[in-house]
Amino acid sequence: MVSGAGGGGNDVQWCFSQVKGAIDDDVAEADIISTVEFNHSGELLATGDKGGRVVIFQQETENKSQPQCRSEYNVYSTFQSHEPEFDYLKSLEIEEKINKIRWLPQKNAAQFLLSTNDKTIKLWKISERDKRPEGYNLKEEDGRYRDATTITTLRVPVFRPMDLMVEASPRRVFANAHTYHINSISVNSDNETYLSADDLRINLWHLEITDRSFNIVDIKPANMEELTEVITAAEFHPHQCNTFVYSSSKGTIRLCDMRASALCDKHSKLFEEPEDPSNRSFFSEIISSISDVKFSHNGRYMMTRDYLSVKIWDLNMENRPVHEYLRSKLCSLYENDCIFDKFECCWNGNDSVVMTGSYNNFFRMLDRTQRRDVTLEASRESCKPRQVLKPRRVCAGGKRKKDEISVDSLDFNKKILHTAWHPQENIIAVATTNNLYIFQEKVN
Amino acid sequence: MINTMECAVDAQSLISISLRKIHNSRTQRGGIKLHKNLLVSYVLRNARQVYMNEKYAEIYRMQQYEEVMTVCNEIQELNPLDLVEDCEEQTADCCGSANESASLCGALLPVSHQAPSVQHLQPSSACSVPLALQSEEVCKAPEPSFYRSCCAEAYPVSNCDFSPVNSMHCNKTTVLDLDTHVVTTVENGYLHQDCCASLQQCCQGAQSPAKKRKLDFGYYVSEIEEVPDFTPCKRAKFEDSSYASTEPLDTSNISNLISIFGSGFSGLVSRQADLEQALNGQFCSKQALASLGAWTRAIVAF
Repeated sequence: MVSGAGGGGNDVQWCFSQVKGAIDDDVAEADIISTVEFNHSGELLATGDKGGRVVIFQQETENKSQPQCRSEYNVYSTFQSHEPEFDYLKSLEIEEKINKIRWLPQKNAAQFLLSTNDKTIKLWKISERDKRPEGYNLKEEDGRYRDATTITTLRVPVFRPMDLMVEASPRRVFANAHTYHINSISVNSDNETYLSADDLRINLWHLEITDRSFNIVDIKPANMEELTEVITAAEFHPHQCNTFVYSSSKGTIRLCDMRASALCDKHSKLFEEPEDPSNRSFFSEIISSISDVKFSHNGRYMMTRDYLSVKIWDLNMENRPVHEYLRSKLCSLYENDCIFDKFECCWNGNDSVVMTGSYNNFFRMLDRTQRRDVTLEASRESCKPRQVLKPRRVCAGGKRKKDEISVDSLDFNKKILHTAWHPQENIIAVATTNNLYIFQEKVN
Repeated sequence: MINTMECAVDAQSLISISLRKIHNSRTQRGGIKLHKNLLVSYVLRNARQVYMNEKYAEIYRMQQYEEVMTVCNEIQELNPLDLVEDCEEQTADCCGSANESASLCGALLPVSHQAPSVQHLQPSSACSVPLALQSEEVCKAPEPSFYRSCCAEAYPVSNCDFSPVNSMHCNKTTVLDLDTHVVTTVENGYLHQDCCASLQQCCQGAQSPAKKRKLDFGYYVSEIEEVPDFTPCKRAKFEDSSYASTEPLDTSNISNLISIFGSGFSGLVSRQADLEQALNGQFCSKQALASLGAWTRAIVAF
């Protein structure tokens, strides 16, 4: 039985459910997963990849005779969202990689999602077709026109069932509004507007209007040589349609109220943690850059992810290290570019547990109420159905205990950047480089 | 102060690595990533800061040694005019630039005029180091005759230490302009804040506030034994604010910078090995060296 809206991370035992994607170790670049997102009901799970494709999985309706086998996610729709483009004016290639997918709340039978690459946002409609009209008077079933002389009677076309077909069609294309690379999109709670953020600007769009957007934040300095920080993520408040937050590369988050002024360059609230001078290193600026910001479902908290930790903010700030053992490795991580990896984070349904990824295909769950953490691994070796995931431990130094893995043995090419938690149930989707793992709560 | 303890790679390598990353980003698919380049520029700035600090300390130590040795020699043969040439030679070797000799000569010439003030070695040569690190457009050849004091805010501290009289005197510096032979005495302040801003002025030969020095000849005569105990390697912190406006490197200069840094700073540190031998740990105690940033080896995971 489902224990409420995603209960405590450590009472829960996680077990393997499914894995999607190619098995061989040779990873095709286009298959690298770049975003993962559940829809509002949790029935649909969307992934975007570097090749510009979107794959949507649907949860099968529960099999009542086998309650322990929680429903599986199967491919529902696949489509090419973005193609590579070339900006001739700037001689720049625009990558087709899907940076973010965000679902719109469902209003009718169809589902809508926004997907974005570096420059262009698209609104996609995903609809089902399970019946088709048959019995036209003037056309054959295959579409050819009938010879008019052969028509002697009239009939009313009727709908007949057909095999389910899921169609994805682009309904809107929101283009040419961003000079820099888009890093975030966020749908407003008013269901009419959404924001898109690039390194220096945030724009507000109406979902119906593609030829116009309003600039609500602009941090571009008059002289680019004076640039000291960029916008790294932005999100609307889940309930207050006038409030949004954006994070910066300097580790600050700014809460803005759109009622205050048209241009929200002046924040309503600034959140930052003073730097610990004893920790200062060559890489202090890099590791304090925030890679993701997420409001809790209830809107009372914000969570940010920087390179080494997850921070949960309200008026206070709760700092939860993710992989502190990496602090002594920053130099190597700078050389091989891993220090620039942008980890995302997510909340469970009742905001009691947060989850984020790490290296070696590890991911971390941090329980807020019990202040306990667990490290789990997404690996093909733990792929037996309903196999319970064993907690992993990283040995930072000194003597390595049995079952611990030492920091030097971690595989930094195996990184989990994108994770998603079902909004109501204890089902999580964890993306390794090119595989999607689905885990669920162990049900006895 | 940047904690360099965790890094096996030194500042110089980090600068090369960072420049390579910036260079590579220009050919990466999808265009130059502003965020990543901004972060790399921060590492570059930090590494440059540490590198410059080390260079200052190195040059200062070197000059301190030179000065003391020269003064010692002077005690034996009081012929200041000959000394000028000697010191010119030595400092040219040390600092890799004949310009820098001006400071030392300037320091010592007043001796012949029996100037009563104590003159300390000013690492104006230190100024040429960061200037070379800047892009070439920013920095013209330093004016040889003017003392450039803009860099070493640490050194006022050591000025005080050398002064035999009480510390209230150590805030005055006497500067000799070798061209006009005008002697000026000014007060020094903490110039680290002005460092970057005034670097450009330095380059353009503007009158920059010179550090004060006092030369009390008598001090050296009587207290020469105590000098080795002094560790001239103290240095105040370079505030981050001295680089308040962090600039991502002007991309048009990147190729220049890559070639400069790629050569391994050999032009700038030509005599480093010799100096270290010469110093022989005499005037820079182990503690002082350690304070410049002891490098511990990080375990390389890859």
